[in-house]
Amino acid sequence: MHDKSVAQLIAGLRAKQFTSVELSRCFLDRIAALDPGYNSFITVDETAVLAAAAAADERIAAGEAATLTGIPIAHKDIFCTNGIRTSCGSRMLDNFVPPYDATLIDKFNREGAVILGKTNMDEFAMGSSSESSYYGPVRNPWDSSLVPGGSSGGSAAAVAALLAPAATGTDTGGSIRQPAAFCGITGIKPTYGRVSRLGMVAFASSLDQAGPMAHSAEDCALLLNSMAGYDPLDSTSSELPAEDYTARLGDSLQGLRIGLPKEYFGEGLQAGTARRIEQALKEFEAQGATLVEVSLPHSHLTIPTYYVIAPAEASTNLSRFDGVRYGHRCSDPIDLHDLYTRTREEGFGAEVKRRILIGTYALSAGYYDAYYKKAQQVRRLIKQDFTACFEQVDVIAGPTTPGPAFALGAKSDDPVAMYLEDIYTLAVNLAGLPGMSIPAGFVDGKPVGLQLIGRHFGESQLLNVAHRYQLATDWHLQRPAGAIGGAA
Amino acid sequence: MQWETVIGLEVHLQLATRSKIFSGSATTFGAEPNTQASAVDLAMPGMLPVLNALAVRYAVMFGLGIGADIGRRSVFDRKNYFYPDLPKGYQISQFEAPIVGRGSFEIQLEDGTTRAIGITRAHLEEDAGKSLHEDFHGQTGIDLNRAGTPLLEIVSEPDLRSAAEAVAYLKALHSLVTYLGISDGNMAEGSMRCDINISLRPPGSDTLGTRAEIKNVNSFRFVEKAIRHEFERQAEILEDGGKIVQETRLYDADLDETRPMRSKEVANDYRYFPEPDLLPVVIDEAYIESVRADLPELPTEKRHRFVEQYGLGHYDANVLADSRELAAYFEAVVAACGDAKIAANWVQVELLGQLNRGELSLNDCPVSAPALGGLIKRILDNSISGKIAKQVFEAMWQGAGSADEIIAARGLQQVSDTGELEGMVDAVIAANANQVAQYLAADEDRRKKLVGFFVGQVMKLSKGQANPQMVNDLLAKKLV
Amino acid sequence: MAIEQDEIEKIAELARIRIAPGQIGEVTQRITEILGMVDQLQAVDTSDVEPMANPLDAVQRLRADEVTEENRRDAFQAIAPAVENGLYLVPRVVE
Repeated sequence: MHDKSVAQLIAGLRAKQFTSVELSRCFLDRIAALDPGYNSFITVDETAVLAAAAAADERIAAGEAATLTGIPIAHKDIFCTNGIRTSCGSRMLDNFVPPYDATLIDKFNREGAVILGKTNMDEFAMGSSSESSYYGPVRNPWDSSLVPGGSSGGSAAAVAALLAPAATGTDTGGSIRQPAAFCGITGIKPTYGRVSRLGMVAFASSLDQAGPMAHSAEDCALLLNSMAGYDPLDSTSSELPAEDYTARLGDSLQGLRIGLPKEYFGEGLQAGTARRIEQALKEFEAQGATLVEVSLPHSHLTIPTYYVIAPAEASTNLSRFDGVRYGHRCSDPIDLHDLYTRTREEGFGAEVKRRILIGTYALSAGYYDAYYKKAQQVRRLIKQDFTACFEQVDVIAGPTTPGPAFALGAKSDDPVAMYLEDIYTLAVNLAGLPGMSIPAGFVDGKPVGLQLIGRHFGESQLLNVAHRYQLATDWHLQRPAGAIGGAA
Repeated sequence: MQWETVIGLEVHLQLATRSKIFSGSATTFGAEPNTQASAVDLAMPGMLPVLNALAVRYAVMFGLGIGADIGRRSVFDRKNYFYPDLPKGYQISQFEAPIVGRGSFEIQLEDGTTRAIGITRAHLEEDAGKSLHEDFHGQTGIDLNRAGTPLLEIVSEPDLRSAAEAVAYLKALHSLVTYLGISDGNMAEGSMRCDINISLRPPGSDTLGTRAEIKNVNSFRFVEKAIRHEFERQAEILEDGGKIVQETRLYDADLDETRPMRSKEVANDYRYFPEPDLLPVVIDEAYIESVRADLPELPTEKRHRFVEQYGLGHYDANVLADSRELAAYFEAVVAACGDAKIAANWVQVELLGQLNRGELSLNDCPVSAPALGGLIKRILDNSISGKIAKQVFEAMWQGAGSADEIIAARGLQQVSDTGELEGMVDAVIAANANQVAQYLAADEDRRKKLVGFFVGQVMKLSKGQANPQMVNDLLAKKLV
Repeated sequence: MAIEQDEIEKIAELARIRIAPGQIGEVTQRITEILGMVDQLQAVDTSDVEPMANPLDAVQRLRADEVTEENRRDAFQAIAPAVENGLYLVPRVVE
């Protein structure tokens, strides 16, 4: 059961091959047995899981099942879940049990999907390695000495280790795509505004976007069908109707024009990864696509632009964590100032504090124009690069990351080196485009991710391209040794 | 030494929407603490603002009411500072691109003259919660019911020159916003709160002195007192050769003094930047025209119309146009009785007099406008005299019925029957031979005075119900 | 742009984050490195470029003025650190 795709599990539940309770039990047992080695979950509420599964089974029995009824799904611990702790990987929210659901959670609940647990992550989604969590680092199922990527590293590891059939993540600068690449799974960051941000703890409001993480493009499409859509309570959510993202999965790639940004294949890209990407591109050519070299001339500015905008927005998004209404509060504050400064000193980890300080600096009097305004201007130039590219090509392809997963601790003391990990993913968020990462082979046993970037609201096309690739290859079906066996 | 006072006012006006500016919580005043604070208002993680359409419409109405440019693309910004009554750690406000640009409106001064006061801008923002400093074991209690109530911050130019002008400005503003119906204007409940920027300079100077800002002054009277007090404080410092410190001060109504604020926002850096959870508000011509089409007649226009249409004096027009309700009442009385001058007089003297004595508002008035019009009609058709009318009005106020019912029931109908009056006149003449002789001996001027005695006697005989004009006519005929 | 330690202290005060005295040096160094990287932006000519706050350049929708929220004080205050009589408590604030 644990190594089936979501599509297969849906069919199995419908055919009464197994129940949702059995399915959920299977994953709960695997989590109990294997997760101590990965630390991919922060919170798993067995009783609630089984109750939700039982309710789903009743719904299936009554013939009232929706697509995902009874499917256990792991959720990044950034989505507020009514009655289940939502920590965002932070001491600040270690005691925070929201009395409400995020819109995304609500949508899954209405479908009758089962909340399997809340996955580990970089604190407040700030990181590329899932090492900055208050709950300890997540380990990569392919090699536990490696990071799983971040910030949605717990979701990626859980899916890769077959502890969950699918998961949700969020992506502010690559936080779905990079861990998907590092863990050998498939993940899509939809167009900004495609999935509601309500109830998702905010990191950088103009960049944050939630998306599915699973083994295949088909599974991602199934999940996205439940996640996407207009939310009147999120002013930045798009009113454009969501599509059936499974409808075009099988379309031919004949005549498809794939752009290869020369900046994504130059210095900085590791040779092993480059070879895997080139090999993957040959498969697209074999299916009738043409490869076109394109240019994104402002690519070198994406890191500085991102590291102004994201911390600036984060610095004020995180002001609400003040120890007054919920979350951590320092003990015995002597006055209001002490309450604020000590609560925030204790509640936030080093990277979060660093980003708050950078963001505060970038917005402060005398620096606003030089930093924040400047970055918003360069952001437009970066978006214009893509607009120009999409006049020539249908999708853009390249590596998700410069190289495969790195060792735990290798970059945790060097923020700038860590930021460089996101060099190929940040621009997609700055431009608000959909992007995905799909498994494209291995370098020394470590997964490599191929990134696909589409036009605004071009999710169906991306999923189609990815699915056609996955029909012809089996990289997405490879499993880490440690995940095979165990409770089945 | 002489000083010119330069005053600019920032008014925070609570808009009369049912729900908050960025959430669906109620805005009702006086609810139990934190019962109108939703997840959005409490800044729970992941919560997002969605803009209230009516708050935007009210802001545009105000903009059109002062002839201002409406921001076609206005932007919300975050104003960042930490305070327990500000749950997000930032206030959503508007900084660079407000919804209402430059405009102006007319104020009426006590000497009857008018002045145009410039409005720099008006922008939408959210109100903060309230800190309650009663003793909670040495702690402060926070009530966030008010957090997120829509505010329109209206910033005037430094065009005001005295406490009296500042009060006149606030009264005119109050009148305007209540006319528009965009705020209840209830100052006691904080619907209209005022920050005063005040500086002094030598008369004739065209540079501005260093200003102090006095925060949160919440009644017309306190505005006047705070300005007078601050004027004296600054004048004293300047005359002693000192310098004014630019600072935020608090008006203490109990002590009638201003003092520097100790905590809030001292030398803060608000780090304004565009609120990424909201998008630019785009307002097109069609929207503006639809709002304009629904605008009521505004106080200034109404005053001018009252003068022209009804021939009222400026003072009367001013009083009657002060509130939309009073103006409507007055016009309904005119419609019922057909005489604007008499109606203006009755509304101002008798009606407002009664309301003031009873500390009532027009809403509580027991005499409807058509009813008052009906009473005035009986004066106009000589059914009753003005004096009797006051008695009737008093009875109407007590709920004794309509003017006609009271007149009939109490037999107050004026006596206009010639025969009956002739009888009374004859009786008075017969009973007062001496006075008749004096009268007949007197010259024309003196006669005019003496005739009053006979009129008085006839009125006495008729218990006030004789038609005075007819009595006069009869006396003139008979005293020969 | 180099940043001095006292500037970091000022920023930390604005952000209401206490930095232990022993850590201020390291924090300053890290932030200096990051700002050094960010300073590449200064070389770009953006004089004719409109800042982009939203990737879709979308405009604001408005919601009808309706009360849609009910009183959930008990649920919200159940997770609060300090409440009394329905109020959130903080150390005494002096105005």
